[in-house]
Amino acid sequence: MQRRSWVGAAYAAPTALVVGVLFIVPLVLVGWMSLNDWPLLGAPEINFPENYTGLTDNELIADAAWFTAKYTIVITALLFSVAFGLALLVQHQRRGVGFFRTAFFLPVAVGFASASLLFLGLLSSEIGPFHTDTYISWTSGSPNLALGSAVTLVLWRFAGFNMLIMLTGLQAIPLEIYEAARIDGASRFQLFRRITVPLMRPTIALVLTLMIAGSLLAFDQFWILTRGGPDNRTTSLVMVIYREAFIRLDLGSAAAISVVLLGVLVVFNVIQFGVLRRRSQ
Amino acid sequence: MARLSYYTTACALAILFLFPLLWSGWASLESPSGFGLENYERLFTSDNGIRFYHVVNSVLVCLITVGGTLLVSTLGGYAFGRFRFPGRDLLFLVTLAILMVPYATILIALYVLLGWLGLQDSLLGLGLVLIMFQLPFSIFMMRNSFEAVPRELEESALIDGCNSFGVLTRVMLHAVRPGLITVGLFAFLTSWNEFFAPLILLNSTDQFTLTLAVVNMRTASHGAIDYAALEAGVMFMAVPCVLLFLFLQRSYVRGFMSGALKG
Repeated sequence: MQRRSWVGAAYAAPTALVVGVLFIVPLVLVGWMSLNDWPLLGAPEINFPENYTGLTDNELIADAAWFTAKYTIVITALLFSVAFGLALLVQHQRRGVGFFRTAFFLPVAVGFASASLLFLGLLSSEIGPFHTDTYISWTSGSPNLALGSAVTLVLWRFAGFNMLIMLTGLQAIPLEIYEAARIDGASRFQLFRRITVPLMRPTIALVLTLMIAGSLLAFDQFWILTRGGPDNRTTSLVMVIYREAFIRLDLGSAAAISVVLLGVLVVFNVIQFGVLRRRSQ
Repeated sequence: MARLSYYTTACALAILFLFPLLWSGWASLESPSGFGLENYERLFTSDNGIRFYHVVNSVLVCLITVGGTLLVSTLGGYAFGRFRFPGRDLLFLVTLAILMVPYATILIALYVLLGWLGLQDSLLGLGLVLIMFQLPFSIFMMRNSFEAVPRELEESALIDGCNSFGVLTRVMLHAVRPGLITVGLFAFLTSWNEFFAPLILLNSTDQFTLTLAVVNMRTASHGAIDYAALEAGVMFMAVPCVLLFLFLQRSYVRGFMSGALKG
């Protein structure tokens, strides 16, 4: 039996190696880097707490944090409603439902960067179908237009993915519960409010966590579609990390933003799990 | 009546979701001189267009990521699903924790670390990082697959004189094939489409993957963007994924659901 335990450990060794070298070490390293003046080229030097105090002076960070929060709220509300609606629409077996599921899910097979480029062309006045008599730039005309374009893109690309998760949740609800409630004379709205939503709570929590974490880390859609403009008004936090590291060549400061963002996400996840656990008891 | 309004709504939505893809396909084929592959020609020949070696780079990254993910997660899934050893639960938890730590926040450190390992600006380094990001899902999936294999299957092979590795290659691999297909498909779709990790980890244009090269047509162009060639690039990237997805839809959805339900 002792031997079998070593054999098992040997099979797990590649996993341990990859996780150790490429996950644990960088995780510690990003913390260490945030305590140092760490130029892209050249030797690092400890400068704690300058990278962190520098964060508060950096106006772009405050704007990006505010914008990212706003984007997160908007996209989470919209994406959740659309995805839930689609899942309800295709939850029952009937003629053609397979086609509808595939149609809603197909954008997920397209990479997000490709999807952003697709929308860049779709919304362009050069070849896109949406040009009007007076010229409007959908992607850089005004901050709100640019945000709206990015939101449309994200809805198109991710609604099907979230629909599929919610569909698994919907299909796990036993049909007998609905039958029993219907016999008791419950209306369709009551069925939805009193049965579907409460029993979907774990799935809803999962979907919301994924959406919020995903939008706090938004990058591709703004980097490619709006270029963070106009006037840095659609610049997300991860874009600021990238800019600190590879345009301002200050890896220490980029690491400090990463650590703060990481902290926010961990706290957020802990709260989320706490709420989820209390509710499910 | 209810049926009619159901199908009207569903069809309208389906058209809305399919429209961008259909439009992009059409726009990539349409040019002033008519319908044809002209935009694709420009995609491969214009100054800041893509080159054949970008396609090779992408294929290499996919091979490394898919091969590495399958290898590590098969061995790891076998270990977690069939063996007890010290540190097993801790390692499993830490592997799943990769999901909790969004990777944009550790890529700066990975950039420095790969530099120390001599893997700066290298496709191998990128592949290794992508394997790591695939591991939580893949290990989870493969552990469940191995746990679902009946013990008797394994025992009969052991009686026939196989050691544990013989059991794995002769009996188990065949039994966990649906899991392998799902894991491989996810690894392919991610590595083929990934943008942020290569953007951070690759510096020189001749190392660029296809995604980076196509995005570069937008970000590096100083004058007007060649939108038609850009849509050709989008199609060139998307069509393999869409076809593969339609072909393997069943296992994709099944694998996805088992992950979502238990996860």
